[in-house]
Amino acid sequence: MAASIVADHATKKFTMRYHRTIKQITIAAMRRQQISDTFDAVKDVSFTIEQGESVGLMGLNGSGKSTLLKLISGVMKPDSGQVLTRGRIAGLIATGAGFHPQLTGRDNVFLNAAILGMSEAETRRKFDQIVEFADIGRFLDTPVGHYSSGMFSRLGFAVAVHTDCDIFLVDEVLAVGDRPFKRKCVARMDEIRAEGRTMFYVSHAPASVRKMCDRVLILEKGALGYDGPVDEGIRYLGYDDDGDDVNSEESEESEVDEELGADV
Amino acid sequence: MTTHLEPARAVQLEDVPLRPSFSGGGLLDVFRRHYLLKLIVQKEIQARYQGSLLGLMWSYVQPLVRFCMYFFVIGLVLGLHKSVPNFAIHMFSAIVGVHFFTETFSSGTRSIVRNKAIVRKMAMPREMFPVASVIVSAIHTFPQLLILLVGAIAVGWQPDLQGIYAGVLGLAIITVLGTALALLFASMNVFFKDFQNIVSTLMIFTHWVVPMIYPFSKLATSGIRTTVFFGIYLANPLTISVLLLQRAFWVPSLPTCGRHAPKICLQGGDPSTIGFPHLPHHLFLLGWVMLAASFVVLVLCQVAFSRLEGRFAERL
Repeated sequence: MAASIVADHATKKFTMRYHRTIKQITIAAMRRQQISDTFDAVKDVSFTIEQGESVGLMGLNGSGKSTLLKLISGVMKPDSGQVLTRGRIAGLIATGAGFHPQLTGRDNVFLNAAILGMSEAETRRKFDQIVEFADIGRFLDTPVGHYSSGMFSRLGFAVAVHTDCDIFLVDEVLAVGDRPFKRKCVARMDEIRAEGRTMFYVSHAPASVRKMCDRVLILEKGALGYDGPVDEGIRYLGYDDDGDDVNSEESEESEVDEELGADV
Repeated sequence: MTTHLEPARAVQLEDVPLRPSFSGGGLLDVFRRHYLLKLIVQKEIQARYQGSLLGLMWSYVQPLVRFCMYFFVIGLVLGLHKSVPNFAIHMFSAIVGVHFFTETFSSGTRSIVRNKAIVRKMAMPREMFPVASVIVSAIHTFPQLLILLVGAIAVGWQPDLQGIYAGVLGLAIITVLGTALALLFASMNVFFKDFQNIVSTLMIFTHWVVPMIYPFSKLATSGIRTTVFFGIYLANPLTISVLLLQRAFWVPSLPTCGRHAPKICLQGGDPSTIGFPHLPHHLFLLGWVMLAASFVVLVLCQVAFSRLEGRFAERL
């Protein structure tokens, strides 16, 4: 087995800016106030994920999960250390972000697929599957700016899940989709996992992490606090307390919601 | 559906090396992914003219209005029509070049901020956006060149090899320099929006520092010629590009020397006989020097871009 994602002492600093204009900066400098400050959003994080593993990433709000995901997806560059990946990356991160509101759904599918690294032939081959999955019917040739938010993200999802990727990143609460669409997404994600692709799954929902992942990473204020089996990780984070889990009704109905992390 | 591909894929994956996920492959990456570049260019063109009745025609309105204004004010009121034969062609060949440059520079500068929704969320070569705006500007320039050519033919332009060579060289300088500046200013504009204002301020100068509304000979025969300003004037790549474009379109349209010929004419109808003071000495050598210098600037701007792009996502 080959390593799929390697983080090697990756650190990402963010600058907080207090003063924006020259006037403000000058006044602040004269008063000897701080002009800017930095903090580590991701602090010296190291781990190796093997090809085919499903790893959950958990942590409280502001612990650096999204930043780490952006380092892996290549949107951000670590300030020190490195993040290495093998193969093509796709995922349910900010789906529809590349959509241009003035272009039609059809044009956007091609553009989005191209950003994800698909060729024209590959997109054509998958186009029908994507459209069927998104289920937007005759709106396909309407500018996506006129779409409902559900349709917009369904189309984004559809492109992402049909990319032939080696690493699949998931960071989005599927709150927008209706129940049938959520079920379809779960089924598709199970399929992706079964195909032996690496899955990196960010979630707050213990139930879905338990179902999807065989390992969990926990970030605490940017640093890697825990790396190991899922159940212990959830206990480590203190999420195993059923009283806190809003969605833990024992009904079959809420199971899907829970799996998808709809408990925002 | 895709399942049958998987075994083959898994085998292949062993050969794929571990790579830093943040690409930073620069301009080379942009051309490697030319299919994506094509789609982005299409998107830019489509988006720019969505909901507009005249659509692409708008990119002609501005140069045309400017042309008419200069034509009447400079040509008729100040009387340059008399001293410069085919003054309209002289001016329009300069306008086309300058307009290509300013459009490249100013839309390139705003390109990354304008596409922040994508840059912030998706990994792709970020040079894609400045390069796409250079291409969009080139697409807009092409029909203007055609209009210029038709106009030049109407007043007696005849093709000559050296002229075509001059035109290509002139456009090449503008393209390379425009790309370089678009890269640099697009990346700086992410950090301080002041840069797009700086660029529009710089654009005020472009019409005056090139021989557009005045002929080069006016400068070359005046006292300025012996001063350091003449050297500075010729060190401007945009000036050289404009002169090369005038060599391509204006010079061959001049009348052949004869009994009634004005003071600038082609001896035996040969455009290559036109030299100083209507064009600078060593125009083609200067052109190549400018092109080489523009490539050096492009490399430097790419280096600067690569340094800055690591912080785009957080600063947008």
